[in-house]
Amino acid sequence: MLIPNPQSPIPNPPIPNPQSLIKATLSLADSTLILGQRNGEWCAHGPILEQDIAITNITLDLIGQARNFYQYAATLINQSENKNETEDSLAYLRTEREFKNHLICELPNGDWAQTILRQFFFSSFQLMVFEQLEKGVDEQLAAIATKSIKEINYHIKWSSEWVIRLGDGTAESHNRMNNAIDALWNYTGEFFIPADYEMIDVASLKVNWLEKIKTVFEEATLSVPENTFMQTGGKNGIHTEHLGYILAEMQSLQRTYPGAEW
Amino acid sequence: MSDLIKEHIYKILEQVSDPEIPVLTILDMGIVRDVITDNQNNIEVIITPTYSGCPAMDAIAFDIKMKLIENGYTDVKVTYTLQPAWTTDWMSEEGKNKLKAYGIAPPQNISSRINKLLFSQEEDIECPQCHSTNTKLLSEFGSTACKALYQCNDCKEPFDYFKCH
Repeated sequence: MLIPNPQSPIPNPPIPNPQSLIKATLSLADSTLILGQRNGEWCAHGPILEQDIAITNITLDLIGQARNFYQYAATLINQSENKNETEDSLAYLRTEREFKNHLICELPNGDWAQTILRQFFFSSFQLMVFEQLEKGVDEQLAAIATKSIKEINYHIKWSSEWVIRLGDGTAESHNRMNNAIDALWNYTGEFFIPADYEMIDVASLKVNWLEKIKTVFEEATLSVPENTFMQTGGKNGIHTEHLGYILAEMQSLQRTYPGAEW
Repeated sequence: MSDLIKEHIYKILEQVSDPEIPVLTILDMGIVRDVITDNQNNIEVIITPTYSGCPAMDAIAFDIKMKLIENGYTDVKVTYTLQPAWTTDWMSEEGKNKLKAYGIAPPQNISSRINKLLFSQEEDIECPQCHSTNTKLLSEFGSTACKALYQCNDCKEPFDYFKCH
């Protein structure tokens, strides 16, 4: 008879090696920063005042999350490499190939349909990742995740409602949502293709993510595209042409006046 | 001795307000997590952000330092912690009453009861002007990261609601 031995050791969850942890943290930081920077372009250009305020509030949350990740990444780098990185040096002084954001974050905003659809795709994915981080071995990433999840819930609610409002709206808005799906869908596969430094099993999140998208799309009278080619590369520093332009604008002040303070 | 200093520090912190909601002190907000003192009068104040991107945090840290320096504490450090995460449950009852008197509807529910149902709004948010609960959500995002925009269906006045978080 086999009796489970309550004393038998439970294997410890694997502790990520410091280099992977740094890269994973930077990747989380870069995606939130770059999407925040993109969304920020809507500031004072939103379709109506309330929605201008909504998208810029979401931007503020994203950049806040990015700051938390960059601060943590800087601490990790300085501990392991005897450097003097800060949240600012990581955001403003790294080059394109060093950025590890998802490609979808750097794409141009397009119209309102494309902007809100990207937010819906990204926030739905982000929630699933952060729920894993919350349960993970790294305490600081777990703390940042717990803090951010409450914000992300509002982002998902807002962007889902807009997907439904436009998808199930007029012929024009429905058409624009379909164009947005065409423009963005083949950038969603990258979410679930693991990079070698990633600490959570992103591939396992795909089923639930797709389920979530389908539920909202159904109400929005939109359909999920069949299998298509998926773009990848962002998480390993291979970007579209758009990232260079974002960085050129975002980093110009720190590169022209190094160390300038607000 | 250091307990007395700590008590004194908390008294001083009562004079530091949230720059975006000046009626609330940082103690009403529930963002002060600890005050650490030693015999050399070195002070560390540990605060936690309300929202990840709250732009008031840097201003609050600056105000804490200034207020303590004014009161003779010259060696002051303000540090941040994310754990335990701030929620609207940390706001004091007194703080909620002050918010209401100021014209901002206080957070209604406990933070774990955020209504995720699409196209839903929080029930029974009371208009801070006429106290009617016949109100509607205009936008989930308002003038600052922590507020939503509501309107009263009776007196028609739009107002801020400090949303559950």
